[in-house]
Amino acid sequence: MAETVQTQSGQDRDTPPLLSVRHLKKRFGAVQALRDVSLDVHRGEVVALVGDNGAGKSTTIKIISGVEVPDEGEIFFEGSRVTLSTPAASEALGIQTVYQDLALCDNLDIVSNLYLGRELYRTIIPGVIRVMNHAEMEKNAIPVLKRLGINLPPLNTSVASLSGGQRQTVAVARAVLWGSKLVILDEPTAALGVAQTRAVLDLVKRLAESGVGVLVISHNLSDVFEVADRIVVLRLGQTVANYVTSEVSGEKVVAAITGATEEEVVP
Amino acid sequence: MKVVAADSANSTAEASGRRLLADRLRLRFASGDLGLIPVIIALVVIWIVFELINSHFLTGRNISNLILQSVEIGLLGIGETFILLLGEIDLSIAAVSGVAAAILVLLSSAGVNPWLAIVASLAAGAVLGVFQGVWVTLVGVPAFIVTLAGSLGYQGFLLAMLGDAGTVPIENSTLLGLATTYVSGVYAWILALLGVLLYLWVLLQRRTSRLRYELDRVPDLGSIGARVIALAVVSALIVLALNTYRGIPVAGLVLIALILVFSYVTQSTRFGRHVYALGGHREAARRAGIRVKHVRIAVFTLAGVFGAAGGIMGASRLGSASPASGGGDLLLDSIAAAVIGGTSLFGGRGSVWNALAGALVIGSVENGMDLLSAPSSTKYLVEGGILLVAVTIDTLTRRRRAKAGR
Ligand SMILES: Nc1ncnc2c1ncn2[C@@H]1O[C@H](COP(=O)(O)OP(=O)(O)OP(=O)(O)O)[C@@H](O)[C@H]1O
Ligand SMILES: [Mg+2]
Repeated sequence: MAETVQTQSGQDRDTPPLLSVRHLKKRFGAVQALRDVSLDVHRGEVVALVGDNGAGKSTTIKIISGVEVPDEGEIFFEGSRVTLSTPAASEALGIQTVYQDLALCDNLDIVSNLYLGRELYRTIIPGVIRVMNHAEMEKNAIPVLKRLGINLPPLNTSVASLSGGQRQTVAVARAVLWGSKLVILDEPTAALGVAQTRAVLDLVKRLAESGVGVLVISHNLSDVFEVADRIVVLRLGQTVANYVTSEVSGEKVVAAITGATEEEVVP
Repeated sequence: MKVVAADSANSTAEASGRRLLADRLRLRFASGDLGLIPVIIALVVIWIVFELINSHFLTGRNISNLILQSVEIGLLGIGETFILLLGEIDLSIAAVSGVAAAILVLLSSAGVNPWLAIVASLAAGAVLGVFQGVWVTLVGVPAFIVTLAGSLGYQGFLLAMLGDAGTVPIENSTLLGLATTYVSGVYAWILALLGVLLYLWVLLQRRTSRLRYELDRVPDLGSIGARVIALAVVSALIVLALNTYRGIPVAGLVLIALILVFSYVTQSTRFGRHVYALGGHREAARRAGIRVKHVRIAVFTLAGVFGAAGGIMGASRLGSASPASGGGDLLLDSIAAAVIGGTSLFGGRGSVWNALAGALVIGSVENGMDLLSAPSSTKYLVEGGILLVAVTIDTLTRRRRAKAGR
């Protein structure tokens, strides 16, 4: 890295970043979605990923979550090179993602969605019969949700009957429950009202305070300035700027997003 | 702001229990998930109508026949239910049952041990199911086409196996016994009692576990009692009627046992949960780390096995297998059984109990019309009508669900 970036949270620069993404490239048919994307996320740090529509933000995080496989580039997690070819591989590292197109199963209830792929069991006959323990899942989820200040209807409500904002909250809650190291949020407040946006922003801050790295995509710059320690700007599939939030102005970020300035290019 | 789930945990169990039923019904209606209610109403209406027209309908002998008639459709319906839960369709399940029936009778007439013949026949169903599952999942051809092609191919197998011999009768008494053995008298009562106790135990278990984890919305004892009494009354009436003839057909018990096992599989195991998840939103399931391909192949395999099981029961009831085995309206009947029961064609909604209810509807209609010696033309028209109504209800509920906020 040419210029060393300081973060507000005063991370120890000697330890490797939690996540380090280097020179990602990805092509979808004729569209070169990512040309050269690099970014770092440290423990306890909130990094905002901003850029215009189609800049490649969602594609970048899908690669980090193992949903898409990059054509070129490297990903380091806790200092070692990783290959994230499936969502399961990424989950196993402690990475959780809230996708822009909320990935929830409408036909299941809230608890089942929260625990999808991580169901809890009760043994009836050891080694032979285990039954899924709905009650324990529900019980365990409640205090965690409460501590995080997440408000949801009764947890055995079917997701199909939730409002857009509530669905978004379920998706965020799921990521928060399981994202032990890195939580990625793709426009988590897009469908939310004032109060719930507030709740999600507070949640993001609390997550970072607890030592989790957070990568958040948002089009709302005032939200970004409120929660982010650093701001990474993508333009046309390229990382064009990497700012420390406290040292940059809104105009400068907007200029980087729209391409009015070019001088902040990061290698 | 919505109620925090944790805050309501202390509200009294009694009050929430009473509110529960009405709330749940309203919620179910809003979310378009009525479960077994419509089909049970339909079944009662059908039985009353046929009984009014012909007083032989609700006799022990006829109910016994009706059950035997419904077993094959029920087994195929369970297999089809699994496939429908994924949001796929299997058009080959009847043809698989034909192949399995042929393998059974050929092995049996070659002197193979009957149980071995049954295992071989089920294994053949599994092989065909794996084949289709792999083709759909790994090669990516739509299930509709793979199973249609499979259906034609398997009819070819069947002809190749039985073409020269034509109809091959079953001589082995064990195999014939599958459809002609009954549990009667006091044993029938004991079985019914065990069934009711099992239901009570399951309901109490659910209540206990909610209480143990100090959760709200604890099912109250009153509603548990009411459900158990309802089941007890229905089973008592059925056993009473069946005992005036030969008792409970073992084939029917096999169907119920399989439904119990697979009801456990769908509702209480990881595999079952993942089947529903795939039907609800396959990409969400994949992103949650579920091994989507494994689950899909497993479901197709299971459907193959249920197809074979249906074929075995069918062959036993007819006492033979022929090039016509698995043909006729068996395929549509089994899809209809699943859909009439309330399993959605669009994936993710339904249960194996629905297949039983649907199979009983189809079985009752066929049986009732036979009793009235209605011509085939009427039978086809009525069955077609019922299927169309069931699919329309499914489509309309889905649309209402979409309107009621996804
Ligand atoms: N699966 C895909 N197939 C083809 N093209 C794709 C696919 N996914 C993304 N793209 C293309 O890649 C480019 C980047 O898309 P991406 O979704 O990453 O943008 P974004 O920065 O998240 O935009 P937005 O702010 O609108 O969410 C776009 O041109 C898009 O059309
Ligand atoms: Mg996006």
